[in-house]
Amino acid sequence: MNQWEVVIGIETHAQLATVSKIFSGASTAFGAEPNTQACAVDLALPGVLPVLNKKAVECAIRFGLAIGAEVAQKSVFARKNYFYPDLPKGYQISQMDLPVVVGGNITLQVGQGDKAYEKVVRLTRAHLEEDAGKSLHEDFQGKSGIDLNRAGTPLLEIVSEPDMRSSDEAVAYAKALHALVQWIGICDGNMQEGSFRCDANVSVRPKGQVEFGTRREIKNLNSFRFLKEAIDFEVQWQINEIEEGRRIQQATVLFDPDSGETRMMRSKEDAHDYRYFPDPDLLPLVISSDWIARVQGELPELPGQMRERFVSEFGLSNYDATTLTANSEIAAFFQSTVAIAGKQNAKPCANWVMVDLAARLNKDGREIAESPVSAAQLAGLILRIADNTISNNIAKKVFEALWNGDGATADEIIDKQGLKQITDSGAIESLVDEVLAANPANVAEFKAGKEKAFNALVGQVMKAAKGKANPQQVNDLLKQKLAS
Amino acid sequence: MINKSLKQLSQALAAKQISSVELSTLFLDRIERLNPTLNAFVTVNREKSLKMALAADARIAAGTAGPLTGIPIAQKDIFCAEGWTTTCGSKMLANFISPYDATVIHKMHAEAGLVSLGKTNMDEFAMGSSNETSFFGPVRNPWDTSRVPGGSSGGSAAAVAARLAPAATGTDTGGSIRQPAALCNLTGLKPTYGVVSRYGMIAFASSLDQGGPMAASAEDCALLLNTMVGFDERDSTSLDRPVEDYTRDLDKPLNGLRIGLPKEFFGEGCDAEVMAAVRAAIAEYEKLGATTVEVSLPNSHLSVPAYYVIAPAEASSNLSRFDGARYGYRAPDYDNLEQMYEKTRAQGFGAEVKRRIMIGAYVLSHGYYDAYYLQAQRIRRLIANDFVEAFKHCDVIMGPTSPTTAFKLGEKAADPVQMYLSDIYTIAVNLAGLPGMSIPCGFVGGLPVGLQLIGNYFAEGALLNVAHRYQLATDWHQRRAAIE
Repeated sequence: MNQWEVVIGIETHAQLATVSKIFSGASTAFGAEPNTQACAVDLALPGVLPVLNKKAVECAIRFGLAIGAEVAQKSVFARKNYFYPDLPKGYQISQMDLPVVVGGNITLQVGQGDKAYEKVVRLTRAHLEEDAGKSLHEDFQGKSGIDLNRAGTPLLEIVSEPDMRSSDEAVAYAKALHALVQWIGICDGNMQEGSFRCDANVSVRPKGQVEFGTRREIKNLNSFRFLKEAIDFEVQWQINEIEEGRRIQQATVLFDPDSGETRMMRSKEDAHDYRYFPDPDLLPLVISSDWIARVQGELPELPGQMRERFVSEFGLSNYDATTLTANSEIAAFFQSTVAIAGKQNAKPCANWVMVDLAARLNKDGREIAESPVSAAQLAGLILRIADNTISNNIAKKVFEALWNGDGATADEIIDKQGLKQITDSGAIESLVDEVLAANPANVAEFKAGKEKAFNALVGQVMKAAKGKANPQQVNDLLKQKLAS
Repeated sequence: MINKSLKQLSQALAAKQISSVELSTLFLDRIERLNPTLNAFVTVNREKSLKMALAADARIAAGTAGPLTGIPIAQKDIFCAEGWTTTCGSKMLANFISPYDATVIHKMHAEAGLVSLGKTNMDEFAMGSSNETSFFGPVRNPWDTSRVPGGSSGGSAAAVAARLAPAATGTDTGGSIRQPAALCNLTGLKPTYGVVSRYGMIAFASSLDQGGPMAASAEDCALLLNTMVGFDERDSTSLDRPVEDYTRDLDKPLNGLRIGLPKEFFGEGCDAEVMAAVRAAIAEYEKLGATTVEVSLPNSHLSVPAYYVIAPAEASSNLSRFDGARYGYRAPDYDNLEQMYEKTRAQGFGAEVKRRIMIGAYVLSHGYYDAYYLQAQRIRRLIANDFVEAFKHCDVIMGPTSPTTAFKLGEKAADPVQMYLSDIYTIAVNLAGLPGMSIPCGFVGGLPVGLQLIGNYFAEGALLNVAHRYQLATDWHQRRAAIE
């Protein structure tokens, strides 16, 4: 395994969040009765013609701007010809030679904590196209049913360069892209409903080799877990093939989540000749610089810009800033928290959102948008740590209480449960004296040079204070007394 | 009454000399009597027609009638009309009842108040120059029923020539209005590409197709064209420009008119007697104050080969929707999906349509695209540039419409190339997107000869003026086929 390098490129289909279809006025809402959202154009009745939905183009422009790509002044819709019952016209309107978005890149964070590293993945292009309908193979007495509700739904196909070198990088890329398209409001990101799906082009090559190996494309991966599992299986399979002296043949494969294996769908020889040509029913798509400027003006602060601001404005580390801008919900939550807790508490806010809150959410399998603890509640809690009302340890208890709805604010819980920190040095001093008197053995050990004994004494004091004594004061007083 | 012009009919209706119901009945009766000989109509629906006539009479009575309200016309069966069988001359659509109106149909009937007498026969999917490829049998030329009426709008041409209708619509992809107009002694106009909406006009070659009027005179064509044109937001190739009144300039004198005579149109390849009639017409124009100048269309010899790459390429894709899945013909016996497609399309399409689908698929296929399709597109630009250059020296270009008069049924049916060459003078106009007309200019052996007029972009008004002034000075267009 070690002498092999994995090369992955990803093609993503993001369903654009428009009200109507890309070339007709029919609704794009999910879940309607079959064929109730397919108009004459979607059904490809004789004589009908496509008319481009400007909103879909705007989504593409937003995306192009968000990834620092070139938004093409002129792009061309082409017909991809093939027969299938869920493709009513016998061709899909897509873009081939001249796509609407060219180039760009996405910065992602791979891994966590100390092992985390940053990676820039270049994008080749993104183009607009229409989705096909759905073939339904059950419940029709051996025949197939066709639902054309989805036919004509606008998609942005986003193609990366083969820049990823592991399944982890591939997943990090897919997640970053998934977050970005939602961040800029062009896709709802719903993977169960197929709004965001990935094809992974996977190849392996001996480390140090410049040429790419032969790739196989894994189609239609609609979860990050499947993406990782499919790539991991495929990589191992390819390595085994090569090591056993066989050549990899270019092919399209499907991932079976039940077996965890990829299997051949069609080989290069069976590949369709799609006979692409410019769609004569549509004029070239011309995007004026005014239009681009207007869309630019409507763009929210982008993750990259926000990340830089978090570093410069709040003094956060690059890692923290990247994590907090991983998606718009986390970023919004963090920003709301800091807004109340104050800039000076930005670092603890970051830690609470990234570590404590994230862990708790993870435990319950919730998204941050569904957090029972609001940003305001968390900020209230952080303020009480900052002003020494409670210690970090007590804060964790208060957080859990807030999570469980035991009180509306941190203050209320602290008050109700008597968790206020003891900062009265007289009170702490008498506790210290009691502990020193009751633990002569520890005192002796400490004096003999055993540092550990000091920690034991701190523990005893905190225990006597029911955790509420200010830890710094306890430390200072203990040191003072033991030194005398 | 059946020989009256649209203007005369309009006056008669306005003066209550005749009702629309009476007038329509007159033509419906004539259709009933003569159509078995001519096969010009594939669908007649007296009940529907008379209902429209009744509604027109109500508008006339209410004083809300437009200039053509109540006048019956024939519609080429390529236009989708709600509730009417719309076959496009094909077995594939023999059972297709359109659920919607083409924009042209809507404008002419719902808006202008014209009455539809029915749907006229045509070459299958407008592919043909003789009307012999129709699934519903050939149309016969009223001037000699052993001869073809031309195509693909042969049904419309025969219907108007035999006065089964005062006027009709046609469509012109490579000459399909002008050539049958020439062969049946009619005036026919193919407008500038984009002037008449293509929505609901079943596509043959999208970048070339254009609907237009076929009638007994330029004046009738102008009146009819007024009801057909206008920007259509449902057709992306429709041009958004101010609507004109095409009757406005009809009477303008022709003094100083510069007629361009392309030397390529006056060389070999044209029947000598046809050419003599064309030259006589040009001499007549000189009497009317026009001057002639020789111009050159140096790439015109490439128009037929370029056309027979581009048109089949687009057609091969446009006709993919006829797959038996949603509407139209489906083969009765098949074992799987592939067979359903194969048998449906093998049985549903005629030989000429299949030939063009094959050619189209071939020229678009991988490895051939550049050599055929791209090359043809380059030639197309050269041809368009030839016209731009020519129009620097003249106001209108003239020449023969067709190299011969109407040929015998079956004469060219076995030789597609000979058939394709019958459009040798008309095709370049479509490739350039220019407006073109054919007007009657004489007879050879009792068969009509057409003079082709080609105008610059949006010069429909000027062309109609040039045609009208000639028709004021001559009576070729008033001669009627002796069919009763």
